[in-house]
Amino acid sequence: MSEWLENHLPKVVLAPSFIAVLIFVYGFIGWTAWVSLTRSKLLPKYEIKGFIQYERLFDSPRWDTAINNLYIFGALFIVIAMVLGLLLAILLDQKIRVEGAIRTIYLYPMALSMIVTGTAWKWILNPGLGIESMVQGWGFANFEFDWLVNPDYAIYTIVMAAIWQSSGFVMALFLAGLRSVDGEIIKAAQVDGIPTWRIYTAIIIPSMAPIFLSAFIVLAHLAIKSFDLVIALTGGGPGYATDLPATYMYAMAFSRGDIGQAASSAMIMMLVVFAIVVPYLYSELRAKND
Amino acid sequence: MTDLSMPQTQTRTQSATGKIALRWLLYVLLGLFALYYLMPLFVMLTTSLKSLEEIRTGSLISLPREVSFDAWKTAWSGACTGIQCEGLRPYFWNSVLIAVPAVAISTLLGALNGYVVAQWRFKGANIIFSLMLFGCFIPFQVVLLPMARLLGIMGIAGTIPGLIFVHVIYGLGFTTLFFRNYYVTIPAELTKAARVDGAGFMRIFWSIFLPLSLPIIVVTVIWQFTQIWNDFLFGVSFSQAGTQPVTVALNNIVNSTTGVKEYNVDMAAAIIAGLPTLLVYVVAGKYFIRGLTAGSVKG
Amino acid sequence: MKRFAFVTVSTFAIAAGSSVVAEPQAEVLHWWTSGGEAKSVAVLQEEFASNGGTWTDMPVAGGGGDAAMTALRARVLAGNAPTAVQLKGPAIQEWYEEGVLADISAVAEAEGWADVLPASIAGHMKCEGTWCAAPVNVHRVDWIWANADVLAANGIEMPSTWDEFNAAAEKLQAAGVIPLAHGGQAWQDATVFEAVVLGVGGPEFYQKALVDLDPEALTSDTMVQAFDQMRTLRGYVDENFSGRDWNLATAMVMNGEAAFQIMGDWAKGEFLAAGKKPGEDFLCASTPGDGYLYNVDSFAMFDVEGDDKKAGQDLLAKLIVAPNFQKVFNLNKGSIPARTDVGLEDFDICANLSAEDMGSTSAAGSLLPSYAHGMALRGSQSGAITDVVTAHFNSDMSSADAVQQLADAVANSY
Repeated sequence: MSEWLENHLPKVVLAPSFIAVLIFVYGFIGWTAWVSLTRSKLLPKYEIKGFIQYERLFDSPRWDTAINNLYIFGALFIVIAMVLGLLLAILLDQKIRVEGAIRTIYLYPMALSMIVTGTAWKWILNPGLGIESMVQGWGFANFEFDWLVNPDYAIYTIVMAAIWQSSGFVMALFLAGLRSVDGEIIKAAQVDGIPTWRIYTAIIIPSMAPIFLSAFIVLAHLAIKSFDLVIALTGGGPGYATDLPATYMYAMAFSRGDIGQAASSAMIMMLVVFAIVVPYLYSELRAKND
Repeated sequence: MTDLSMPQTQTRTQSATGKIALRWLLYVLLGLFALYYLMPLFVMLTTSLKSLEEIRTGSLISLPREVSFDAWKTAWSGACTGIQCEGLRPYFWNSVLIAVPAVAISTLLGALNGYVVAQWRFKGANIIFSLMLFGCFIPFQVVLLPMARLLGIMGIAGTIPGLIFVHVIYGLGFTTLFFRNYYVTIPAELTKAARVDGAGFMRIFWSIFLPLSLPIIVVTVIWQFTQIWNDFLFGVSFSQAGTQPVTVALNNIVNSTTGVKEYNVDMAAAIIAGLPTLLVYVVAGKYFIRGLTAGSVKG
Repeated sequence: MKRFAFVTVSTFAIAAGSSVVAEPQAEVLHWWTSGGEAKSVAVLQEEFASNGGTWTDMPVAGGGGDAAMTALRARVLAGNAPTAVQLKGPAIQEWYEEGVLADISAVAEAEGWADVLPASIAGHMKCEGTWCAAPVNVHRVDWIWANADVLAANGIEMPSTWDEFNAAAEKLQAAGVIPLAHGGQAWQDATVFEAVVLGVGGPEFYQKALVDLDPEALTSDTMVQAFDQMRTLRGYVDENFSGRDWNLATAMVMNGEAAFQIMGDWAKGEFLAAGKKPGEDFLCASTPGDGYLYNVDSFAMFDVEGDDKKAGQDLLAKLIVAPNFQKVFNLNKGSIPARTDVGLEDFDICANLSAEDMGSTSAAGSLLPSYAHGMALRGSQSGAITDVVTAHFNSDMSSADAVQQLADAVANSY
C-alpha cells in the first residue's frame, strides 16, 4: 500500500489541481459554448436555438470594430512593448549607478490597478488639459496631440497606456535574460575585437530566444484580457471606436443583459487565444521532449 | 552575470570624451524614460495634494499651490463607500485576508505541481501541464457566471474563503508555469541520486527542492500578490456586504456616476490602495530580477 | 475545513438574529456611493434602524449600475441574492420573469401606493399586476442648465425651441464662448439624443420611436431631423469633449467657459456643491419642446429565505415610499419625490418646476420614460440604439445612414 502510494504520489499531488483546471477552465469553456447556442438574456438558459447569436455577432458593426481594434492593439502593443523592454534592459545593463531606483520606476506601473491610473492618463492625453495644452503653453501654438478624442487614433492612446503599464515587466524579463548569458562567450568576442552592437545582434539576442517567447506569451495574454485599461481610459469611446472584444463581451453580458450574445463573442475570443497559444505550447513541449 | 557592462573599454577607436558623452547620453535616455513612467504617478500625487477648489479652477497637471493632506485622511478613513463613510480602512483588511492565504496556497500548489511536471515525468504529464497552462489565457469574464453557480453549490458564495478559492484556481496556471520552468533547470540526476539514497517524493521536495526555490518563490509571490490585490472583477462578483476587497471600495469612491466628484480623494485613495503592491515591488524588486535570472524565464 | 472557520458578516447576523420574534433585516445592494448620494441612503438606513431593523450595506458603484448588476447576477446564480436591490425600469420586469423577485403587494396596498404615485411611474413598479418594486425618486433627464452671467452678458434668454437654441449657440460661438458643455461618453450622447428626439418629434413621436421601437418612426424623416440636430449640436461642442466626465462639463458651465449643458438633475448637485444658487448663478429649464423624461430610481425585493429578511423587505418598502423619507432623500439627491402628496416648500425652484411639469405632463400623457437611463427599453435594445447614436455623434456619418443603422441595430437586438 505505502509502496503504491509512493509510486503514485506525483500523480496524486497533481490530481487536485488538474481536476480543478478541468472543471473551472474547460468545463466553463464548454458551458460558454453551450450558452452561446441559446437565446439567454438576463440569466443563462439552456435551450439550444442554433447559431443565431453568431449571426447577430457578425452582423454587428460594433463587433467588427472590436475585432479590428484587437488586431491593431495586439500587434502594436506586443511589438512595441518588446522592443522598448529590450532597449531599456540593454541600457540598464551598462553598470548604471542607480540601477535599483530606475528599475523600480520602470517596473512600478505593473503594481497599480488601472482603475485610477486610467484617470491620470485620461487627463494627460486630453488635449485641453494635458500634454497638448502644456506644450502650447510653452509657446508652440501649433502643437497638436488630440489622439484621445480622435476616433481614428484613440486606439493608439490605449496602446500607449498599455505599454506604459507592461513594458517594465518585459524589461525585467530581458534584463534577467541578459544577466544569464554566458559571460565567457562574450569575453571571447570582445577579445576578438567584435564591435559591441555586433555582439548584441549576433550573440546575445539570439541566445535569448526563449525569453522572447515568454515575453510574447505574457504580453499576448495581457492584450487579450485588456479590459479595465479601456474602461478607465476611454470607456470604449469616442463612440465605440476603442472597443475591444473583452469590453464588448462585458457590455453584452452585464450592462445589456444579453448573455447569449456575450457567450458567442467569448467563444470567438477563445478561438483567437487558441490560435496563438497552441503553437507556442506545441513548440515549447516538443523542445522539452527531445 | 556578464562582463558586458563596460564594453566601451575594449574598443580602442573611442576617445575618452566620446566615452563620457555616450555615458551622458545613456543617462539622459534613461532619465527621459523615467519621466514617461513617472508622469501618471506625478499627476496622481499632485492632484491628491490639491484642494477641490483648485482642481476645479486650475490646470489638472500643474503643481499644487497649497499642499494639503486632507484628501489622504478622507480617503483612508472618511470617504463614503456607501452609507458607511469610513474610507478604505475596513476594506483594506479584507484584501489582506484574501490575498495572503490565496498567494500562499497557490504558490505552494504551484511549487508541488511544477516539481511533479518537471522532475517526475509520467506519461501524459506534458499534456496535463499544457492544459493547465492554457488556463492562464481564459478571459475572466467568461467564468463569472458558472463560477457563481458553483460557489453557491459549494456553500462559499460571498465569503472570503470563496474568493480565496477562486484566486487559487485561476492562479494555478501561472504558478505552475513559473515553478516548472525553474525546476526543469535542476538536473534530473539530483532526484535520481536522492532516490537511490532512499529519499521519497515528499522528502526530496522538502529538503532538496524547496530550499533551492527562494528566487522563484519571490517571483511567484510578487506576481500572484499583484494579480490578486488588484483584482476587481472577482472581488465585485463574488463578495457580499462585509467581504468586499479594497479595489471594490476604491471603485465605489472613484466611479460613482451621478455624485459629486472629489478627484483629490480619488487619487489619494488610488495611491493608498496601490501602496502594498508598490511596496512589494520596491522592496522585493531586486529579488524579482534575481529570481527571473535564476532560470524561470528560460522557457 | 478552513471555510467553516470563517464566518461572514451576514451569516453571523442571521445567526444572531434568529430569535423568536422576526427582526427586520436587509442586505441592500445599491450604487449610491458618493458623498451626497450616500448621505441620502444613510437617511433610509437610520429610519430602518430606528424601526428595529438591521441594515447591511452592499454598495457597488460604477458604470451607472453596471458593476452592481454584475454582482447581482453572480449573487442570484449562487442562490445568495441580496434582500433588496436598486433596480429600475424594465429591468425590474426582466428579473421578475426570471422568477426571482418577491411580491410586496401587501405593503403597497396597505400604504395605498396606487393613490399617491403617478400612473406611469406606478406602472414600472408592477409585475403582472402585483407590486414588485418601491420607487424612491424622480430624476428629470431633459434639463438644460445655463450660466446666468454668460447668458446675460450675451443678451440671451433660455431657449424654448431648438431653433432658438441654435441661434443662441451661434451668437455665443461668435462671442468666443463654448455654447454646449458636453462629455463624449456614450450615455451622455444618449442623454442629449433623447432630449433632441423629444423636442424635434414631440412626445408622441418619442413614444413611438424610443419606447415602442416602431420601425416606421425609427426610419422617418423626423428621426433624420433629430440626427441633423445632433450633428448641429456637435458643432457647438468644444473639440476636447471626448471621454469627459459629465461633472467636468458642469464645471465648464459653472466657471463660464461654456454656456449650456444638457443633463439630468443630478447636475444640480454639482452646482450646489460649488456654492452656486439656482436662479441667480445658474438657470434650469426643460430642454426645448413638450414632455418630461423621467428616470425613476427604485428598489426591488428579491426572493429570500427567513422571516427576518421578509420582515426587512416589508419594512424597507414601507419606509421608502413613506412621505418623510421621500422628502429628506430627495432634498439631498437633487431629484423630486415619486409620490405627489409631499410638500415641496423646502425644495429649490428647479425641483418645484420639475414637480409642476410632472403633474401637467402626467395629465397630458407626455410623462415619458428616459431611454438613455434604462427606463424605456430592455438593456440589449437601448444599448443597440446608444451604439448608433454615439457612433454618429463621434464620426461624420450622415443622418440618413444613421437612421438606417438605427433600424438595423434595433432589429438585431431582439
